[in-house]
Amino acid sequence: MESIIERINQGKFWHFHGGIHPPEQKAITSGKPIKHLPLPKQLILPLQQHIGRQGDLLVEVGDKVLKGQALTQSSNPMAVPVHAPTSGTITAIKKSVIAHPSGLSELCLFIDVDGEDTWKKREICQDFSKLSHQDIIKKIADAGIAGMGGAGFPTHIKVNTKPDINFLIINAAECEPYITADDLLIGEQSEAIVDGIKILDQLLNPAFILIGIEGNKPRAIKALQQATQHNDKIKVCVLPTKYPSGGEKQLIKILTGKEVNSGTLPIDLGIVVQNIATCFAISDAVINDIPLIRRVVTLTGRALSKPQNLWVLLGTQVSYLLNQTGFFREVSETKSTPNSPPPNPPVIMGGPLMGFSILNEQVPIVKTSNCILAPSKIEMPSAFDNYSNEVECIRCGQCADVCPSQLLPQELQWSAKAKDHQQLIELNLFDCIDCGACAYVCPSQIPLVQYYRVAKAEIRQQQQLDIKAEKAKARFEARKLRLEQEKTARKEKHDKAAAARKAVMNKKSADGGTASSAVAAALARVKAKKAAKSKNTELPVASGEGQSDNDQTETSPVKAAIARAKAKRLAQEKSAEAPVASNENQKNVVDDTKARIAAAVAKAKAKKAQVNKSSIEQTELSTATKQENMNESVQNTTTEAEEKKARIVLAVAKAKAKAKLKRMDKAQQASTTNNEEST
Amino acid sequence: MNILIAILVLGAISALFGALLGYASIRFHVEGDPIVEQLDALLPQTQCGQCGYPGCKPYAEAVANGEAINKCAPGGEDTIKKIADLLGVDVQPIDENHEQDDSSQSNRPKVAFIIEEDCIGCTKCIQACPVDAILGAAKQMHTILIDECTGCDLCVAPCPVDCIEMRPTAETIQNWQWDLNKIAVKQVD
Repeated sequence: MESIIERINQGKFWHFHGGIHPPEQKAITSGKPIKHLPLPKQLILPLQQHIGRQGDLLVEVGDKVLKGQALTQSSNPMAVPVHAPTSGTITAIKKSVIAHPSGLSELCLFIDVDGEDTWKKREICQDFSKLSHQDIIKKIADAGIAGMGGAGFPTHIKVNTKPDINFLIINAAECEPYITADDLLIGEQSEAIVDGIKILDQLLNPAFILIGIEGNKPRAIKALQQATQHNDKIKVCVLPTKYPSGGEKQLIKILTGKEVNSGTLPIDLGIVVQNIATCFAISDAVINDIPLIRRVVTLTGRALSKPQNLWVLLGTQVSYLLNQTGFFREVSETKSTPNSPPPNPPVIMGGPLMGFSILNEQVPIVKTSNCILAPSKIEMPSAFDNYSNEVECIRCGQCADVCPSQLLPQELQWSAKAKDHQQLIELNLFDCIDCGACAYVCPSQIPLVQYYRVAKAEIRQQQQLDIKAEKAKARFEARKLRLEQEKTARKEKHDKAAAARKAVMNKKSADGGTASSAVAAALARVKAKKAAKSKNTELPVASGEGQSDNDQTETSPVKAAIARAKAKRLAQEKSAEAPVASNENQKNVVDDTKARIAAAVAKAKAKKAQVNKSSIEQTELSTATKQENMNESVQNTTTEAEEKKARIVLAVAKAKAKAKLKRMDKAQQASTTNNEEST
Repeated sequence: MNILIAILVLGAISALFGALLGYASIRFHVEGDPIVEQLDALLPQTQCGQCGYPGCKPYAEAVANGEAINKCAPGGEDTIKKIADLLGVDVQPIDENHEQDDSSQSNRPKVAFIIEEDCIGCTKCIQACPVDAILGAAKQMHTILIDECTGCDLCVAPCPVDCIEMRPTAETIQNWQWDLNKIAVKQVD
């Protein structure tokens, strides 16, 4: 680390691979001070102006808001609040076109400016060195500060890191042509910027603070050197001008010679990079309690008569800024039909290499917009063409020479055209920083960056779809499992219920069985007796003699012996006859019950048939009467001049009757066939 | 004698290799059919049943057993291409019977939408949904969990009051795709 500082002190730096030297065009605006604009009539504030999530709304339509008042609050760490840039009334909260290459609409707050510019109550902090880390981070988060270099990463997350920081790098390179916003901001606000850097120093406590600034900003360099001359920790590093030295990884390479590997973050090397405009916003927020409500925007290009850097309130429409700077509307050559309105002259948000043309001049300035470029036709003829001059790749390899990420742009281009996502990922497409150096040097005028952007979006989309498919699969499997479990549970329940029923039935039938068997036994006995009585005619003597014998045994024990002897004899006689008699009895009983059962069954059948018939007749009758009734009622209603309704009722009634008759016919048929079968 | 030695040696070698193969087949036994898993991973997991199978996994199993590879309508040609690559067969045009209805102008993915004032709370769509993306109870209004809906269309047919329709999802900044033809972002020098 000491050797790095030694090298820096000697004014020696490393080099990153590739890079280009486009015409700077910074002189258009660099000589003029930052101008304050009169308040616009209306401000449009997109709820989301950064990477992450949008905050929750705190205001409603019709609310009066003061300058600096928070309009959203963050419930998520990745959410950053937005604030009212001036006092006024919320007139609408609706979707509106935002500054995005898609030209899509997002939820925006519309503020009608009242012109008074009344501040909310502010608490000015005299000495920030007494604030704790948490207080500072809370102030930064509440001020809604997101990285102002371009990506808009929430600053309070970036500065809230635990590990030891070797280098805090302040990015003031501003390498893209035309843009001078940071240059002038440093020139005019160097004290405040250094305060912001000191606050970051207090938070992160890095070993060294390096300010990387390109050598094409002499005034800014001088101002920074003056402001930091009493502070040995802060080193102002004047870098050779080369695009894109302002890229995070490129700047780290130039200053420290360290490469940030693919898929890792600078923090893994103990390095934090902050944009210099963000430092100004931090000092404003922590010391003056001014949330991020304004920024410096470079209005430049030869199509403007008064190009200048402006202090712009967030939410100001681009059209207002263009009017303020004297936008001369050059009509572009139209290749389309003469009837269609001529397309707007190109207006580019951001720099010429990494910016995008905006489709609608009504879009508002947001936290990340640093430049509005309105080129003239001579200056930038390609921006006026509605056709592409692209020709086939000649494999010259210049793109690979200038790529700061050391990728293979032409290989990437072919894979992107072939939509070979696997190959693109293998070629490290996601290390591409969209700097546009390859497209700048391409002799075939291939818009390489556009192909990469499309491919990146497609791959991200595919990844999202894959995640969704995985989720759908999991849900499908879970559902199948659940249905299976429910099925088995149901079956178990059914089985249990059936078993319980069976048990109850068995118990009942067991009881009933014994009862009925007792009855049957009684019946059988009675029958047997009857049968025996009828058989008595066959054995009158024997039984009579037996009884008399019994009487005799009771009355005269003397004759007992004789009686016994007689009985013996009789018994011997009976035993010869009795078996035949009992057999006959049994037979009779069986025949009797069979006949009875048959009779009962026949009776039941007859009864059933009768019931069926009668019920059908009854229903027929009833429906007939119903129909008559209905007809009558229908007639009544027609007399009451409700013809339509009545007709509907009639139709419905008819349909119902028809359906019923049909059903009945069917039932009758079925029952007759049943009867036939049963008989 | 020489012949006997030759037979013995060859016999010994064949026995050795036979034993080796037998051991290997047990030692390195592969459970299940991995090709089914790979096929299943390629399918879009909408569980829509448009291929004629009750879900993506059953279709993957069927394809592994020789079913045509061109029946997945939601996956479209991309999926057919991937399956063809995996199985080493020719790419086939998508089956006409399984072609997705592309009459609508929007090519954004669609999800089901319940017109809530018409919903009678019959729960029939809930039973039809393969991914449990419909929330509701008997005689209560139902609603679709848009994030979980795969756009399979299976809930539309069972609805007795036709209150479910397929609507394209909204285009947002997050899912927006650069269109080279529509928006020319100019490179300038």
